[in-house]
Amino acid sequence: MALDKATVAHIASLARIKLSDAELEPLAIELSHILDWVEQLNEFDTTGVPPMASAAAASLPMRDDAMTDGGCRDTIIGNAPRAARGFFTVPKVVE
Amino acid sequence: MSDPALLALDLAEARDGLTRRLFSARELAAAYNDAVAEAEPLNAYITPTPERALAMADASDGRLARGEALPLDGIPVAVKDLYCTKGVLTTAGSHILHGFCPPYESTVTEKLWQSGAVMLGKTNLDEFAMGSSNTTSWYGPVENPWRRPADNRPLVPGGSSGGSAAAVAARAALAATGTDTGGSIRQPASFCGIVGLKPTYGRCSRWGVVAYASSLDHPGPMGRTVRDVAITLGAMAGHDPRDSTSAPVPVPNFEAMLGDNIEGLRIGIPREYCVAGMPSEIEALWQQGVEWLRSAGAEPVEISLPMTKYALPAYYIIALAEASSNLARYDGVRFGLRVEGDSLAEMYELTRAAGFGAEVRRRVLIGTYVLSAGYYDAYYLKAQRVRTLIARDFASAFERVDCILTPTAPSAAFAIGEKSGDPIEMYLNDVFTVPANLAGVPAASVPAGLSGDGLPLGLQIIGRAFDEATVLRVAEILERAASFRHLPGFVAGGGS
Repeated sequence: MALDKATVAHIASLARIKLSDAELEPLAIELSHILDWVEQLNEFDTTGVPPMASAAAASLPMRDDAMTDGGCRDTIIGNAPRAARGFFTVPKVVE
Repeated sequence: MSDPALLALDLAEARDGLTRRLFSARELAAAYNDAVAEAEPLNAYITPTPERALAMADASDGRLARGEALPLDGIPVAVKDLYCTKGVLTTAGSHILHGFCPPYESTVTEKLWQSGAVMLGKTNLDEFAMGSSNTTSWYGPVENPWRRPADNRPLVPGGSSGGSAAAVAARAALAATGTDTGGSIRQPASFCGIVGLKPTYGRCSRWGVVAYASSLDHPGPMGRTVRDVAITLGAMAGHDPRDSTSAPVPVPNFEAMLGDNIEGLRIGIPREYCVAGMPSEIEALWQQGVEWLRSAGAEPVEISLPMTKYALPAYYIIALAEASSNLARYDGVRFGLRVEGDSLAEMYELTRAAGFGAEVRRRVLIGTYVLSAGYYDAYYLKAQRVRTLIARDFASAFERVDCILTPTAPSAAFAIGEKSGDPIEMYLNDVFTVPANLAGVPAASVPAGLSGDGLPLGLQIIGRAFDEATVLRVAEILERAASFRHLPGFVAGGGS
């Protein structure tokens, strides 16, 4: 699978990673190379084989929907690069 | 006791010395703090915690004096910097977690401290555990304490738990935690001449361990001997309701189960692990391992794991897909690095561009692509179907054999820059280790000999799910037969 520059730019925007124009071409080559390599899986017919998501037991355990923690707002906010009045802050999103 | 004499003790011996009050936990911690400082040129630690080590050692001394010793009381251990440690910088080897001090402790490290272990510090790793050479860390590469006598070039320690492996090998920790997503405990253990165990998926809680690929990440122990690893695993393992994939199964006394004979045990030798380009000395060591087990009374059985060649590409699709999802949380809002932008989207993009290194970016981009509309079935679902077949390979093998013997890695440690820079060439280092991650079965690496260049080589033992006891038992038989007593060129205290 050969990726072009436009596809790499699209993936990067989905992944929210800023790439300069100069980075697109080398990345397109690198990523295409890796995709070519993983495509060897297509040699093998997996029709009818169920997908495996995890080695853990198939059914997840249930627990009571009860509060087990809390009252630690300042501790949680403590690692935020920007915070004000007990909230995380981000650039304005609503005009 | 002198510092070099203290550092020469393995974990079981140190535990014995502490219990018999031959030396104090404080003396041992002080010797290891000095060792951590002496080993600084290896760059194995990102954050040493010497004061915490002494304070924890004092608490151990109190319990030892009162006759209330805990299983690991006074034992100095290193923690891979992927485990969250309350109030101690936790970086995952990434710039994007700049300044992050977790307000909570990971389950596994909490269990270690509750067992009396003493924390020496946080060890270096590939960024977000993505790598096989410990060269992708924001905090710089780790150097292997081993060198080839012939050229004396600095070598990689393997990865991603390279700092933990180098610290244990250089006697700058008695044991360490690692994590293994595709070989990240076993391959560095092989490269550094120590023992590493990837337990069964669900045996050790992932809660508080920075996630790379959640269905493949396995926390586990690294140590100097099989017994040391069995002891450490006992303290790390156990059910944790905070990790929904943690297994509600009892933890056996792994140490007590060592030493049984392996008479009549059936050892699978998978023919597919004879890969093209593998050095003949590794194949010879593997054969030697078979002979050692045969002499101990085990029965080697040739087996087939036909899906082996597809394990690596399936692994990379699954791991990178999960990584792209897990790493979405690094957005500059709640913790770590933030690069301001004119809009929220721009802030995200600039933060993630500045915070992630080249290999992490590459993996997140591939993961995003294989999960994107139109490609999900062709890549991700396909890889998950192959994963089913790999797990079935192991299930049918374990109907015939009790464990499987293979080399750990297709090479010994290499020098930085000795690989071409082609990411796939680096990925191939994990060819023997990734299948056990996909299947979730336990696997250990034990040092079994030296390469012609004078570097350690490991053998891998893979076992049935939740049968770490057999893996460790066979590993100890190999350890005894190999009697690997070689030391790296650099050891703290000068070695003795």
